Amino acid sequence: MEQSFDRLRSFALEKWLSLNQGGEPTIRVGTATCGRASGGLEIFQTFREEIQRKGLRAQLIQVGCLGHCYAEPLVIISRPGFPPIVYSRVNPVIASLLVRSFLQEGDPCIELMLGALEENDSLPTVFELPRFRLEKRLLLRRCGLIDPEDIDPYIANGGYEALCRALHKEPAEVISIIGRSGLRGRGGAGFLAGRKWEICARAEGRPKYVIANADEGDPGAFMDRSLLESDPHQTLEGLIIAGYAIGASSGIIYVRSEYPLAAERVQKAISQAEKAGLLGEKILGSSFTFRASLFRASGAFVCGEETALIQSVEGKRGMPRSRPPYPAVQGLKGRPTLINNVKTLSAVPHIILNGAESFTSVGTEGSKGTMVFALVGKVNNAGLIEVPMGMTIGQLIFDLSGGIPKGKRFKAVQIGGPSGGCLPEKCLNLPIDFESLKEAGAMMGSGGMVVLDEDDCMVEMARYFLDFTQKESCGKCTFCRLGTRQMLVLLEEITQGKGRIEDLTLLQELAEDIQAAALCNLGKTAPNPVLTTLRYFREEYQAHILQKKCPAGMCRALTAFYIIPEKCERSCDACVGSCPVEAIKTGRGMKKIVDPEKCVKCGSCLVACPPQYKAVIKISPVSEVPASG
Amino acid sequence: MNQILDLLRLYPREPESLIPLLQKIQETLGYLPPEAMEKVAAHLSIPEGEVYGVATFYNQFRFHPPGKHPVKVCEGTACHVKGAGVILESWERRLNIKVGQTTPDREFSLDRVACVGCCALAPVSVVGERIHGHMAPTKVDGLLLAFQLEKEGKKTP
Repeated sequence: MEQSFDRLRSFALEKWLSLNQGGEPTIRVGTATCGRASGGLEIFQTFREEIQRKGLRAQLIQVGCLGHCYAEPLVIISRPGFPPIVYSRVNPVIASLLVRSFLQEGDPCIELMLGALEENDSLPTVFELPRFRLEKRLLLRRCGLIDPEDIDPYIANGGYEALCRALHKEPAEVISIIGRSGLRGRGGAGFLAGRKWEICARAEGRPKYVIANADEGDPGAFMDRSLLESDPHQTLEGLIIAGYAIGASSGIIYVRSEYPLAAERVQKAISQAEKAGLLGEKILGSSFTFRASLFRASGAFVCGEETALIQSVEGKRGMPRSRPPYPAVQGLKGRPTLINNVKTLSAVPHIILNGAESFTSVGTEGSKGTMVFALVGKVNNAGLIEVPMGMTIGQLIFDLSGGIPKGKRFKAVQIGGPSGGCLPEKCLNLPIDFESLKEAGAMMGSGGMVVLDEDDCMVEMARYFLDFTQKESCGKCTFCRLGTRQMLVLLEEITQGKGRIEDLTLLQELAEDIQAAALCNLGKTAPNPVLTTLRYFREEYQAHILQKKCPAGMCRALTAFYIIPEKCERSCDACVGSCPVEAIKTGRGMKKIVDPEKCVKCGSCLVACPPQYKAVIKISPVSEVPASG
Repeated sequence: MNQILDLLRLYPREPESLIPLLQKIQETLGYLPPEAMEKVAAHLSIPEGEVYGVATFYNQFRFHPPGKHPVKVCEGTACHVKGAGVILESWERRLNIKVGQTTPDREFSLDRVACVGCCALAPVSVVGERIHGHMAPTKVDGLLLAFQLEKEGKKTP
């Protein structure tokens, strides 16, 4: 066993060394989905053309995501004699400039860099940035640094060593290590992974199955996508180890249809692992045989729930069933099936390699290890962040993500997607772990955090999530199918200024009933966004109902756009040009006036009005708009 | 039709093949025509109603041909707070169709998508395979203009 793995590793190491110390510069371009959306592939092409045109020699590599989505496209250049340097917001012009200035002339262009990736004497490093300093990267360790479509860089950086070690141990010992590490399921509920493995290992019936759940449906969450796009072998290795531990012979990676690139890279990873003898018959010469396959999900939020997921793999509609029996005992085709989230499985190789203690030394009493969060919405530096459990929400938003843009005021953070809740300013000091979030009324969920500022209406947020869960409800149980529908109708009326004050009591009652009686966790947690906003932002609901006023100016039925005549610079037509429906006309003295009949309230004029005038404002309630002539 | 029959042969006759098979057909034809549903049901020996039952359950499947440039507007949370609704309306207004429809010339179709996971670039629209971040009503106009110019054979800006 050792021999065959040593062969793989020495080949991979040699390749890695010749890449990094071969005397040629290497250029790594981030081309995960975020990078591509920002033009990463064009940058890659520009580098290739420029290098060819100038007759230079350099290694060009496509890598995954570093997690700094705000700074995409990211490029890392290593040139002999310099530490590896990260460049942010690269465009084709900067790319050609870097080829000339840095590769040809040796000037690293300090003004364009985010920082060097290693400590050195001359250049500023990325560790001067709080984001890099405060993060603790276990799962994201290799993301954005290695080529995700090649198995060798993964092996050269510690990959599959955990599998090799696990195969030397008894399966029960592997389970006991995971148990002692305190690893909890990263999919949302936080069930102890070791316990789940043990139940599945003891369950009778063969064959057994392992499924990696990458049906990341929470809007606002994308860490599973990023992990699979940037380091797919890590999850695959975790899956194989889990398979060995529970005695399974096949595994499935269940990827959502909206993630085509992740699915493609997982498929490649599986073929490469098969070729290397890390999957298939007698893995690494041991007696363990395990096969893995990719299953492309078809786009149903409820399929993230494990019993619904199984139904969809079996070719049926993804409708949950009541538990018990749990899938660990009776799952796919009625056989014991272990279903773990991508992040849970991705933590497994790390734990096996470094021991349970290395994992328990990080995090809080009840929640060990690190957690990957996706911070998006109204933050300056949106992206993926991996930090130890127990860091406060405020640290994540203000220290690591650069706070709220445009000097706006923080209002709330939405944690855990449609199952989670909105937490207000007073929760900023809350250390994040599974328990603390539950107590506050939210939920860890998959780790998505959407930051909201003063312009976001909390009633509208509640309506948005109910609209989402309502559409995604599978329709099996009455409480979810009809209860969420009723809640949605009430919320729609409130956001349109047609609510009644009694509706708040009715909403509360409906929410509590659905929580108590829905069949699966989609239904049970669907009222959370409403309950938390009612708990922390009740006065906003009241303003909508009693004064027909949306304090944030977001609910369009309750808001009007108005141009202050005294501030309007009459010869400037910026607002007129920006309006998509020609709702802005020129009135007496060239002053601009918004025609409320035509206005679609898109806000284009507000953005277009030059900051030195600031003549366009939002007014709520609509009755307060001054009559114009 | 032969195309569908060729595809069917690649999948074993068991219920588990249903979803992968429907995905493959949609990948090839762009949508699921009634004839394909019939053939799939026969191939897997399951009632046609059940095939429809499964296909309509999932958001991925469509039963009408998509436009040449399918437009999908992301409605994830981050996109929502950054004005996804306004973007969707802009597309509707400019294409003169409602969400879920295709323009009469089959050039564009408009759909919602739950979340494409590019939240940091919100609001996001996907046109064809390409993701466009930081959308705005004016950017909708710009993209349509680029397609218009391309169609007329001029170089896109």
